[in-house]
Amino acid sequence: MADAAQISPIQDFIVSAIFDYTVVVDNYETFLIGIWNTITLVALSLLFGGLLAVPLAVFRAERHPIFSPLIWCYTYLFRGTPLLIQTFLIYYGLGQFEVIRDSFAWPVLREAYWCALIAFSLNSAAYQTEIFRGAIEATPFGEVEAAKASGMSRLTMMRRIILPSAFRRALPAYSNEVIFMLHGSVIASTVTVVDILGAGRTVNAKYYIYLEGFLAAAILYLTLVFLISRGFKLWEKHWHAHLRPRSAASPAE
Amino acid sequence: MEAIWEYRDLIFIKGGLLTVEVAVYSLILATIFGLLGSWAKLSKNKVARAGADGYTTIIRGIPDLVLMLLIFFQGQILLNRFGESTGLWTFVEIDPMTAGVFTIAFIMGAYYTETFRGAFLSIPSGQIEAATACGMSRPLIFRRIIWPQLVRYALPSFTNNWLVQLKTTALVSLIGLQDIVYNANAIGRKLREPFTFLFAALVFFLFLTAVSEIALRLLERRYSAGIRRA
Repeated sequence: MADAAQISPIQDFIVSAIFDYTVVVDNYETFLIGIWNTITLVALSLLFGGLLAVPLAVFRAERHPIFSPLIWCYTYLFRGTPLLIQTFLIYYGLGQFEVIRDSFAWPVLREAYWCALIAFSLNSAAYQTEIFRGAIEATPFGEVEAAKASGMSRLTMMRRIILPSAFRRALPAYSNEVIFMLHGSVIASTVTVVDILGAGRTVNAKYYIYLEGFLAAAILYLTLVFLISRGFKLWEKHWHAHLRPRSAASPAE
Repeated sequence: MEAIWEYRDLIFIKGGLLTVEVAVYSLILATIFGLLGSWAKLSKNKVARAGADGYTTIIRGIPDLVLMLLIFFQGQILLNRFGESTGLWTFVEIDPMTAGVFTIAFIMGAYYTETFRGAFLSIPSGQIEAATACGMSRPLIFRRIIWPQLVRYALPSFTNNWLVQLKTTALVSLIGLQDIVYNANAIGRKLREPFTFLFAALVFFLFLTAVSEIALRLLERRYSAGIRRA
């Protein structure tokens, strides 16, 4: 009778390696919070980063004598150093200065979420600046010439001709930046934000386990990356519709 | 500033050296993974191709820190349980150094796979046919025809990957390796000057980035001798 209950060592190994999904299901609320925090962090930092990046990219592309080198320094600093240190500097570092501790901004800078958002936005702005700069500089000269010949001012030209066509060219690089930002956003969990990885860590700590929380987080990130790249493919198809070769089989509508 | 000078050994010498060590070891391992991966992706074997495709897709879909924590914590448990149940080995401990180097190499290997695959594909197949027709053996073709051009075509993307990898090494501080980030953070907190010390670590990384950019640009110039540029 005894050996009926005995499990072979190999079986024991397989059982121990199996993912106990009930742990994840029981704590789905934690993961929902994590997903929400990750998505808002990524979306907001891309938005703020983008808002900052467009003017910076224009100054860089126009080779403004004073701003261009300064912006280069900014992008070099943020692109050449780890996001982890940048986030630590803002979250742990800024409290060192009494001026900041006494300032009106301290309630914001004390919160891990806002610190992560600031760090991510500044970081993303640096990358987006370089992406947009490349796209602006790649504007075909003929387009600019035609705009000038039509008597457009520089601002109108920027708004109507250069930026729209630059955004289209930047789209493939931009989809990479979105995925990098999603990957980078796990840094938020190191400053106590409950993002997807943070949710995984919380669940792991609750049950003294390692696999389930991290694996669930990995699967969630994989899904998000898949959805993002799918979305961008569709968007690219829509925006680049005029570049697609026309097939004789499906006549134009 | 004086505080940094006082702790310069612990931060820059000990911690900085560890960071560089992790980066260099993982670079060597990642290059091997990348070459193997690109070889599998370009091979005629369906299983190898599917395996390499799965590897690059999954790795590029999961953030580095998540993978690192998975491998560092669960990898060790699985390895030990496997040894226990098969009786092949008793307790093994994955030290943070091995886990860190291996994980970073494993992740970056997926990116290097694409780098080398693209570079392989840029070599005109006519050249390899011509070399075969001249009676060169396959190792000789690799050494004389493929390798010099592979390096040339791969270098720009290799440079980008290396700069990403360098920054990824900062994550090993999170699994307990006492690299420059770990030491700067620990000392900074102890002395209540976190900004000063973390900023020193930031400057150290900036220095590494700048040095590698210059070095790789020189290498690129060397390997593109004889190429006309528009």
